[in-house]
Amino acid sequence: MEYFIELFLSGLTRGSIYALIALGYTMVYGIIQLINFAHGEIYMIGAFVAYIVCGVLTIYGFHGVSILIIAGLLAIVYSCAYGYTLEKVAYRPLRGAPRLSPLISAIGMSIFLQNYVLLAQTPDFLPFPALIPDFAFMEPIAHIIGSAELVILVTTMVTMVMLTLLIKYTKIGKAMRATQQDMSMARLVGVNVDRVISTTFIIGSALAAIGGVLVASYIGQVNFYIGFLAGVKAFTAAVLGGIGSIPGAVIGGLVLGLTESFAAGYVSSDYEDVFAFGLLVLILIMRPAGILGKATKQKV
Amino acid sequence: MKNLKQSLAVALWFIFLTFPLMVVKVNTSDQVVQWRWMNILWVGVTFFVLSFIWRYALVRKEARQMAALSGQDEHEKPTKFQELLEDQSLRYRLMLGLLAFALVFPWVFDTYQSTIMVSALIYVVLGLGLNITVGLAGLLDLGYVAFFAVGAYAYALLNHHFGLGFWTCLPLGAALGGIFGVILGFPILRLRGDYLAIVTLGFGMIVKVVLENWSEFSFGPSGIANIDRPSLFGLDMDIAASTTYIYYIMIALVILTIIVTGRLKNSRIGRAWIALREDEIACVAMGIDMAKTKMSAYALGACWAGMVGVVFAAKTTFINPASFTFMESAIILSIVVLGGMGSILGVILGAMILILMPEYLRAFSEYRMIIFGAAMVVMMIFRPQGIISNIRQKYEFKGLKEKSENV
Repeated sequence: MEYFIELFLSGLTRGSIYALIALGYTMVYGIIQLINFAHGEIYMIGAFVAYIVCGVLTIYGFHGVSILIIAGLLAIVYSCAYGYTLEKVAYRPLRGAPRLSPLISAIGMSIFLQNYVLLAQTPDFLPFPALIPDFAFMEPIAHIIGSAELVILVTTMVTMVMLTLLIKYTKIGKAMRATQQDMSMARLVGVNVDRVISTTFIIGSALAAIGGVLVASYIGQVNFYIGFLAGVKAFTAAVLGGIGSIPGAVIGGLVLGLTESFAAGYVSSDYEDVFAFGLLVLILIMRPAGILGKATKQKV
Repeated sequence: MKNLKQSLAVALWFIFLTFPLMVVKVNTSDQVVQWRWMNILWVGVTFFVLSFIWRYALVRKEARQMAALSGQDEHEKPTKFQELLEDQSLRYRLMLGLLAFALVFPWVFDTYQSTIMVSALIYVVLGLGLNITVGLAGLLDLGYVAFFAVGAYAYALLNHHFGLGFWTCLPLGAALGGIFGVILGFPILRLRGDYLAIVTLGFGMIVKVVLENWSEFSFGPSGIANIDRPSLFGLDMDIAASTTYIYYIMIALVILTIIVTGRLKNSRIGRAWIALREDEIACVAMGIDMAKTKMSAYALGACWAGMVGVVFAAKTTFINPASFTFMESAIILSIVVLGGMGSILGVILGAMILILMPEYLRAFSEYRMIIFGAAMVVMMIFRPQGIISNIRQKYEFKGLKEKSENV
């Protein structure tokens, strides 16, 4: 039973990270129907910037939680800047082009960013300092759930609640929902669609950066390639939950994380990716629109 | 002046953007920070210049689009180069010349050149195969390399366990590739473009993970070595001779692929693919069996990958899962995209450029992937039809036009 709970909690942790990244995919997809393939790279850049900032600060003699906060904030700032630029350079000129064009552009951008980090920094795995301290009050249950996992869970939950509030109650959230429903109509009633799209990318990138920093400090290493697999998994989660739907992304992420965790724990950790994609194929066969997605009728 | 200011702003923005990654380099084990200040200058100057070019290109693109909208349809008109290609006699002469060059190639250049050429030809066939799925049928396949792996492993394993020869395995590899294409095609028939991309990507990863971990079957990450080279009536061949032999096999395969895809394109099924790519609903409404059409596109595309996989295994005599990563799929995809989706000549040219250029420009081989990535983005924005665009066949009914003008 204890093993089950352990697996459940680790699956939950993993799933909440997937959900965090999946939100970026699903929000962008909801608005411009594009799989932002480079989203995983934004996540990686977030982690990398945090690594660099941490390294510099540690060498210049900073200590403790202040590093975590500065590194996290800078990672978010830079990820947002990259996300914003990415949209402006690679996707905006392609608005209105055939569906395949922006998708290929996104794949190109993903390859570009990966190799940019590879060339500018290093192809090696770099050790990421464990920024999250071990809490004393976690001592009694430390064998079931670690402090880092708790921090990840709490942070992602808080972030998601904040995102929901943002989308439900703020002006920009309203504009985002309007754009998602009908872009040309939204433009007609005075929504600045370009700005809404940029904002969506920025918010998605910020979420990815939070995920990147948390995972990097949890796993303890960064590399130019981490974004790719994380991105693919997160996109899988978004599709599982029903792409375009925000609660769907969260549920999809959790389902995927739990599946992987149980598959790794009870079957074999070598094949966890196989289970993840097997689950995706199964869901898509039975419910092509995903768990929460509504089947859309295509109009001619 | 305004342009200058704008470019300056762009340059500053990119300096800010690239600052932590390009300038700072931390070495945590030695506790040293390396500041590479010179890079700021490079980034600044590069983006300053690039932003001018970018803006100019965007303006030109818009002008072209406006011209296309207002009816002066210059875009669709074949260019001079395309007209030349249409000229039958010139085309035959050109093709004969190329064929002659291809045939004497191994005798003029050394074995090293032939080896490189063989790998370029392998990518030509892969590109043409993927061109069926992506270019003609418009189904984005991001796990194409999985079929390639199926072919390569089919030959390696059959050769290892049962001693089957190259020529027996070549059709077997193609058939197995096709079967895997159908297996993959089956669940994804109902999916639309984007979902398709992610499922094929997942499929590619599943194949790689299985090959890496199922050691009893595939010998795991260490791979399979000592695969037989192709035989020619039991003749003993040294490496040079057998490279030449594989080279000729590849030439024959390329010619076969060109003929088959060329004929397929204009066949009933090829037209159905193109119709499907253009508009799925309209296509189905016209009475085309969507399931059959999509499935055949997958199976046929996968067939070529399986077949050429056998040649790949025979050429390298050693395979392991590391040869079948997502990057390979991405390279094949960029061959198709950069060459020109749907255009046979374009794909061939794309493969030659993308595979041979990094070989001959060794200094740039590090930058190969970053250039590919950037080229994909730039191509999509400014020339989505690729280097050589596919010419659409048009039928004009001259008499009808005059009549309708009279009304």
